[in-house]
Amino acid sequence: MIDKLNLTEEIDWTTVGLYLLLVIFGWMNVLASSYNEQFKSVFDIRQNYGDQLLWILVSLVMVVVLFAIDYRFFHFFAYAIFGFSILMLLAVLVFGVEVNNSRSWIRILRFNFQPSEFVKMATALVIARYLSGYNIKLWTWKSMAMMGVMIGLPVGLIVLQPDWGTALVFSCFILVLYREGMPGWILATSLFVTVLFLMTLLLQNTTVVLVLTAFALAGFGIINRKPAQTLIAGIILVLFYFVARYLALLLPFSPNVYNTLLLSLGLSTVVLLGIALWRKIKNVLLIFTFLYAFIGFTFTVDYVFDNILKPHQRTRVNILLGKETDIRNVGYNLNQSKIAIGSGGFLGKGYLKGTQTKLDFVPEQSTDFIFCTVGEEWGFIGTAVIILIYTGLLLRILYLAERQRSQFTRIYGYGVASILFFHFAVNISMTIGMFPVIGIPLPYFSYGGSSMLAFTLLLFILVRLDSVRKVYIK
Amino acid sequence: MDQFATRRNILVSIFLLAAVSLILRLFYLQVVDTSYKLSAENNSKRTEILYPARGLIYDRNNNLLVYNQPSYDLMIAPYELKPFDSAEFCSIIGVDIYRLRAGIIRSFNPRYRREPFIKQLSPETYANLQEKQYKFPGFYVRSRTLRRYSKEFAAHLFGYVGEVDDKMIAADNYYTLGDYIGISGIEGYYEDELRGEKGQEVLLVDVHGRVKGPYQGGRFNRDAVVGKNLVCTIDKDLQEYGETLMKNYKGSIVAIEPATGEILALISAPSYNPSLLIGRQRTANYAKLETDLLEPLFNRALMANYPPGSTFKPVQALIGLQEGVITSASSFSCNQGFYFRGQSVGCHVHSSPLDLVHGIENSCNAYFCNVYKRIIENPKYGNAELAYNIWYKYVMSFGFGQRLNSDFTNELKGFIAPSTYYDKYFGSNHWNALTTISLAIGQGELLITPLQMANMTTAIANRGYYIIPHVVKKIEGVDTLENRFYKKHVIDIDTANFNLVIRGMELAVNGGAGRTAWIAQLKDIIVCGKTGTAQNPHGKDHSVFIAFAPKDNPKIAISVYVEHGEWGASYAAPMASLMIEKYLTDSISPGRKGIEARMLNGNLLYSK
Repeated sequence: MIDKLNLTEEIDWTTVGLYLLLVIFGWMNVLASSYNEQFKSVFDIRQNYGDQLLWILVSLVMVVVLFAIDYRFFHFFAYAIFGFSILMLLAVLVFGVEVNNSRSWIRILRFNFQPSEFVKMATALVIARYLSGYNIKLWTWKSMAMMGVMIGLPVGLIVLQPDWGTALVFSCFILVLYREGMPGWILATSLFVTVLFLMTLLLQNTTVVLVLTAFALAGFGIINRKPAQTLIAGIILVLFYFVARYLALLLPFSPNVYNTLLLSLGLSTVVLLGIALWRKIKNVLLIFTFLYAFIGFTFTVDYVFDNILKPHQRTRVNILLGKETDIRNVGYNLNQSKIAIGSGGFLGKGYLKGTQTKLDFVPEQSTDFIFCTVGEEWGFIGTAVIILIYTGLLLRILYLAERQRSQFTRIYGYGVASILFFHFAVNISMTIGMFPVIGIPLPYFSYGGSSMLAFTLLLFILVRLDSVRKVYIK
Repeated sequence: MDQFATRRNILVSIFLLAAVSLILRLFYLQVVDTSYKLSAENNSKRTEILYPARGLIYDRNNNLLVYNQPSYDLMIAPYELKPFDSAEFCSIIGVDIYRLRAGIIRSFNPRYRREPFIKQLSPETYANLQEKQYKFPGFYVRSRTLRRYSKEFAAHLFGYVGEVDDKMIAADNYYTLGDYIGISGIEGYYEDELRGEKGQEVLLVDVHGRVKGPYQGGRFNRDAVVGKNLVCTIDKDLQEYGETLMKNYKGSIVAIEPATGEILALISAPSYNPSLLIGRQRTANYAKLETDLLEPLFNRALMANYPPGSTFKPVQALIGLQEGVITSASSFSCNQGFYFRGQSVGCHVHSSPLDLVHGIENSCNAYFCNVYKRIIENPKYGNAELAYNIWYKYVMSFGFGQRLNSDFTNELKGFIAPSTYYDKYFGSNHWNALTTISLAIGQGELLITPLQMANMTTAIANRGYYIIPHVVKKIEGVDTLENRFYKKHVIDIDTANFNLVIRGMELAVNGGAGRTAWIAQLKDIIVCGKTGTAQNPHGKDHSVFIAFAPKDNPKIAISVYVEHGEWGASYAAPMASLMIEKYLTDSISPGRKGIEARMLNGNLLYSK
C-alpha cells in the first residue's frame, strides 16, 4: 500500500520546513555562543558547534531511516520501546557518569548519552498505544492507574538521578489526557495550583493575596454578571484597607502591609457576606470559600517551606526554583541571563557580536541558556520570530494530530505537541525570569547530541505516521 | 462543535496565551526596560585608568626640584590565583598570613576588585617580587608615580599630594576614588596644570575578569597626558640658604624680585622634609607633624599674623609726606619717648631733634607718633574718623589687610582695623590719634603676614608700585601667566616721597652713629633696610627686618621675622643681609662669616 503513495507528496513539508528553520537557526546560535578567537572551522568537533553539526547530520540520517522502516513499527513496538527506555533509566542509575551531582549520562564508546531525553518519546508512544486500544475509556480507575504507571515510572527513575527538570516535563502529559477526556477541572485546578505555588514562592505574600483578591473579584463579576455590584465590592475592599491601617495600630501585631491587608480582607468579608445575605446575592459565599482556601494554600506552602523542610531540602527547592542557583550569589544565572537578553534591545547587537554570551557571563549558554544568545544578538525581532516559529510548529502539530483517522497517531501527536510546548515555554520563561530555572533544553536549539536526536525522532515519528494517514486503517 | 473540538481549541488557546505572554515579556525586557543595557556594558568591559605622571617643577634657573618616582601597587586578580607558597610570598611582601588571606577574600568581592592589595611597594620589595612573580600567578603590579624631591626642602612652597576624599570627588567629577590631588602650595594651586589628564584603556573582560582584548577595537582608549612642567620663581640656592639660616628658629623669610613680583625664596620655619608626605607613610607622618608643638605644618610666611613693629614706619612717613602734614625738614624732638596728654610711647636714646631721614635711620618712636598724630589730626578732614579713613586707604594700597591674591591657596589677610572697628570699640567720635597711637609705630590693631611685609618692601623698592607676588614663572605650553601677575598696583604716593624714605632706610643700614641696622651693611652694595621689634604679649619680642638692595634698580626685597629674636638688629637684620649677599654675590664674604656663624649656631626654637 505504501508503495502506491508518493512519499514526497505525503510528507508534511510545512512541519519539515519549520523544523529545519529551527535547527539551522539553533545551530547558528550554538556557534555564536561558543565562538571565540580560536575559531578554525565549523567542522571542528572538539568545539560545541562542530559536535552539534555532527549530531544534526546523525539526526537527519535517522529521519531517513524512519522513513525506510515500516510505519507499523512504532505501534507494534510501543511497549517494547518503553520497556527498553525504562531499562536504560535503570542502567543509568547503575552505570551512569556523575556530572554536577546527578547521574543522567551513560558513556557509550566516546559518546555521552542521556536516556531521559528518549524516555519522553517512549512515554508519548506508550500512552498513545494504550489509549488507542479497543474499548479503552480514559476516565476509569484502570486507565488512570495505567497512566499513573506509564508516567510515574520514568518520573520516579529520573528523580532518582536526580534530574528534577526533566521529571517535571512529564507533567505536560496532562494536556494529552485532557484532550483524551480527562475532566476539565483537573487541568484547570492543576494549572491554577501550579501558578499559585510559583507565585507563593517567587513573589511577595502581599502580592499573592492582592492577586488572589483581584481574581476573586473578577470571578464574582464574571459569574454573576453584575458589573455595578463588582465595582461596589471593589470599592468596599479598598476602603477597608484604609480602615484597617488605623485599626492595625490598636491590635497586638506588627502593622505591616501584609497584616493590614489580611485584616482589611477579614473585615470586608464580614461586611460583604452580610450585604450578600441581606440582598440575596448569589455565589458570594462560594467565592469567599475559594479565596480563603487559596490563601490557606499559600500559608501551607510557606509554612511547609519555612518550618517543616530541613535546611538542605529548602536549599534544594530554592535551587529548583532558581532562587539559589549559584555559589556566587542568589539568582546569579537568572540575572546574567536577563542582562544578556535585555541588552539585545530591539534589533540585537548583530550576529557573533554579543558580549554577554561571548564572554561567558551567561552560564550554560550553549545548552539551557541558548535563548540568551538569540536575545542578545538578534534582539526582540529575533526572539519574537523564534516564538512565532515555535508556535507555528506547535499549532501545525495539533493540526496534524487532528487530521488523523488513527487514534494512535492523534494521541501521539498530542504527546509531541505537549512535550515540545513544555520545553519551549518553560525554557524561554526561565531565561527571562517567568519560571524557576529548572534546567531543561530548548528543543533544536540547545547544544547536546541526545536532545537533538531525541527531539528529531519525537517529531519525525509523527511526520512518518502522518505520511501514511491515508492508508493507515488499523 | 463536539467536546473534543472545544478541548482542542482550549489547548490552542493555551499555546497562544503562552506565546503572547512570552512576547510581551520579551518586549518589556528588550525594548521598554533599558536598565539591562547598562548592566551589560558594565558586565563586559573594564576601564583601566592610566595615570599620568605629574608635571615637573623647576626653579628659576631651570634646576629640577620636583620630579616623579614610580610606585608599585600590588593587585590581586582573584580568578587567576593558583596555589602558591604563601610563606614565601608573605616574607617577600612583609605581611602576615592573616592579612594575605583577608586580602584574597576581599578581592573576590567585585566592589574591591580594583583596589590594590598593598599600596606603594618599595622599589626593593618590587624588585624581589618581580624576580619570583612567576611563582605567584594572580598577583600583578600596577605602577603609578609618586613625588620625589631633588633636594628635600621648600616643603611649604611645594605643598603636597594626597589621595582625593569624598568631598573632592563630589566637587570635581574628574576625580575618582584613589586619585591623587595636589593639596597645598604649588601642587595645590597648580593642580589643574600639574595633574595632566588621566587616560583609559577599555578592555573586554569575561565573567572571571580575564582580559579578552580591547573593547570595540580600542575605540575608547585614551592615552594619559603628562602634566605640564612648571618653572617656579624660586632661586634654589637662596631658598636652601634661607632654610639653613632659619633651621634653629621660628619665623619666616620672604624674598621677592621687586620688578616682577617673583618670589625668590619663601621660608617658613620650622619646616619639614617634604618626602615625609609622600606615599604610604603620608598619613602617619602627617599626624605626627600635625601634633608637633613647633607647628611645622603652619606656613608662617603666608599665615602668621605679626605686628610689623618699626618696619611699618616707612609707610607712616610716606603717608605723612603725601598728605603734606610733614616735609623732609619736619623735625620732632624726642625725650626717650612721646608723651602727650597722659599717652606715652617710649623710645631709645638717640640725638634729638631729628628730621625725617634721621627719624627713619634712628627709628625714633616719638617722631612717628607725631607724624601719625598730624595725619589723624589733619585739619583738612576735620575729624579723626575721616582722616583715619584716608590713612586706612593708603595702608590698604600697600596690600595689607587683604589677601594679595598670589598663587597660594592658603594666604591669610592679616588685619588693619577699619574706622568702624574703633567706632565699635570706643564709640563714634570717641577716639582720636592718641587713643590709636600704637599704630604710629606698627603696633596695636595691625597684623601683617611676612608675605605682605615683603610685598610692602617691594613697593618701596619700586618707588610706588608692586606686582602681586607669585611663585610660578612659566607654565609649559602656556605663553603667559594670569594677567594679574603682570599688573602694577600703583600706590598713590609720589616717587620723591619714596626717595626720601629710601634715603632714611639707606641710612638705617649705612648711616652714622644712630643707624639701627649697621649689621646689614654690605661692601659695594647699598642695602636699604628697616629694623623692627614686634611686641609680643606672650613672651619675648619678635625680631623683624625689611630690606631691599641694591638701592638703585633693586634686585631683591626681603622681609624677615624671627620669633622671640627681640631686636630687629639681633637676628632678622643679619639674616636678611646674608640672604641679600648670597643672592647678589653668590657667596658670603669672609668678613661676614662670623655673622653667618652666629646665625647658624644660634637657637631660638624653644625660646618663649
